[in-house]
Amino acid sequence: MKMARIRIEKRLSSPRWLPVASLAGGLLLALLTVAVIFAALGVNPLVAFQRIFRGGFGSLYGLQETVTKSIPLMLIGVGLTLAFRGRMYNIGAEGQFMMGAIFATGIVRLFPQWPFFLLLTTMFLAGFVGGALWAGIPALLKTRFRVDETLTSLMMVYVAYEAVKFLVYGPWRGSDTRGFPITDEFPLAAQIPILTGTRIHYPTLLIALLAAVVVYVLLTRTKLGYEIRVSGENPEAARYAGMDFRKVALVVMLISGGLAGLAGMGEVAGIHFRLRPPEAISPGYGFTAIIVAWLARLNPLAAILTAFLLGGLLVGGDAIQIALNLPAATVQIFNGVILLFVIASELFNQYRFRLEK
Amino acid sequence: MPELLLDLVQTFLTILATILLAIPAAIRAGTPLLYGTLGEVYAERSGVLNLGMEGMMIMGAVSGFAVAQITNNAGWGLLAAALVGGLLALVHAFASITLRVNQVVSGLALTMLGLGISSLMGKQFVGQPLAARLQPVDIPILSDLPILGELFFQFDVMVYISIVLVPVLWFVLYKTRLGVTLRSVGENPSAADALGVNVTFVRYAAVVFGGMLAGIGGSYLSIAYAPAWIEGMTAGAGWIVVALTIFAMWDPSRALLGAYLFGGVRVLQFRLQPLGISPNLLNMLPYVLTILVLWLSSGQAAKRRLGAPAALMTAYSREER
Repeated sequence: MKMARIRIEKRLSSPRWLPVASLAGGLLLALLTVAVIFAALGVNPLVAFQRIFRGGFGSLYGLQETVTKSIPLMLIGVGLTLAFRGRMYNIGAEGQFMMGAIFATGIVRLFPQWPFFLLLTTMFLAGFVGGALWAGIPALLKTRFRVDETLTSLMMVYVAYEAVKFLVYGPWRGSDTRGFPITDEFPLAAQIPILTGTRIHYPTLLIALLAAVVVYVLLTRTKLGYEIRVSGENPEAARYAGMDFRKVALVVMLISGGLAGLAGMGEVAGIHFRLRPPEAISPGYGFTAIIVAWLARLNPLAAILTAFLLGGLLVGGDAIQIALNLPAATVQIFNGVILLFVIASELFNQYRFRLEK
Repeated sequence: MPELLLDLVQTFLTILATILLAIPAAIRAGTPLLYGTLGEVYAERSGVLNLGMEGMMIMGAVSGFAVAQITNNAGWGLLAAALVGGLLALVHAFASITLRVNQVVSGLALTMLGLGISSLMGKQFVGQPLAARLQPVDIPILSDLPILGELFFQFDVMVYISIVLVPVLWFVLYKTRLGVTLRSVGENPSAADALGVNVTFVRYAAVVFGGMLAGIGGSYLSIAYAPAWIEGMTAGAGWIVVALTIFAMWDPSRALLGAYLFGGVRVLQFRLQPLGISPNLLNMLPYVLTILVLWLSSGQAAKRRLGAPAALMTAYSREER
């Protein structure tokens, strides 16, 4: 059978403009593909794109909401750049987020009388610990028993969802909620301050920005970061150099899980002021953050920007949901296509593609 | 004394009857998983991990329902589901085989894509009853058997087809040239290539075949099991399929066992709920069980050295041989 083949050669050197060009080209193709899918499903892509852009970036209110939604995306996304760099496919950040929310709420229930600063600090810590513990289970299974972390971390998302539901429908359901499956409102001392007139809980935003810098420094300026990068890029070489794969795996999982837990804490204490069912506190931040990390080419500083972009996409997605009466999961089409094109475009940096007959 | 004994016997019989009566339900609940797992076994045997099964199953579910509803024919629905599943798998094949992108990320992206497209596509079908649902088929003579006939020989045709597929796919994998070729591509692609096997073609074929089975499995949910379209109705079945593939140690016959076991857990969830156990805790069961299964099979795989296909998740290129 004769057919045209795509021949792939490794690049020995690549021009400096190439990574930027390939990413831009990839994103453009992704948008085109989404447009084709929308058109095929009877949604006018131009109208939809315009509404999304206007919704997320076209007004002061839109921008405020975009920043608000970029906070959890940034925290989780930064953590995932670290995990993916160390070749740990933690795709269960959504569950770690839920555990962070549960742990933070647990602290409020235990110590409602504590003063503001002490209570919030403890809640942040608890959120981190909750997420880290939840990520620690797949990490331990991986390091002790070589169980693939991809599936276990994902399965734990569903377990965490059910755990949140169990609590808000059962033992934690509030007394003044008129039957709604939510906890009582947090006392004022357990509410993260917000910028007046917006929903931006700025202390969490500052923590997210700080986390990006810290993870960047950790990755590029420390011995541990070096070990993480080598283990991720070339596990064989890391083994020969005597690097401890288990340590790397555990560290990156605990940190990425912990940051996801912080994001969950931020949502319940900065937006909702109570624990609510999973779908009410997260539109899938943990999964969207995977795209934040890949779109940032696994660079934690770049994740600040990509979190903002995907935050805008989420806000715009809400806008078309209302304006065009589309289901909430429509945004997933963007997510899937963008992710696919981003990883594909990455290859143009490493390889040269030629069509041969 | 004899009364106590009688009591015990009665309790025992009640439990036995409950389990026996739950078996047909477990088989029905396990059938989508069985189709998916068989598909994933073939894909992974060729060396390609397909984490997009969830996306392919949900796309199968929505397109199967849509076509069955519009044509008023379940058969066309199933066919459409197979085609759509195969098409989505083709995208994964192109990304992971030709472009050699990370197979984990590509699969994940396709799952997101499938969930998104299916919700948009299915919007108009939400809440519609399916006129052309798959009807149970009585197997002559056998279905007339007392009790047993009612329990095991009155399924719909897709259940029987999946059961027949198990030995067929087992036979093809282990006893035919085709199977040897497929396994060689997954174990040692460069040796297979040297023997003149078209590695790329075999992998494409295996992945697309797997996607078709996933599509059928998904449409079983919307055409026979539910039968209705509910957004996100696969609810992680595609992920359980990937875990079951490991549990089955890449063997079609073990896939049957795993799929029905998980079907049983699903059924158990509903039967235990009236006893006052929290539905949320019961809903955790399949996922917790999946983690346990992965844990246990990892040890077993290591012990018996019956691990994954050696070239699983590695792209093949001649230049880098």
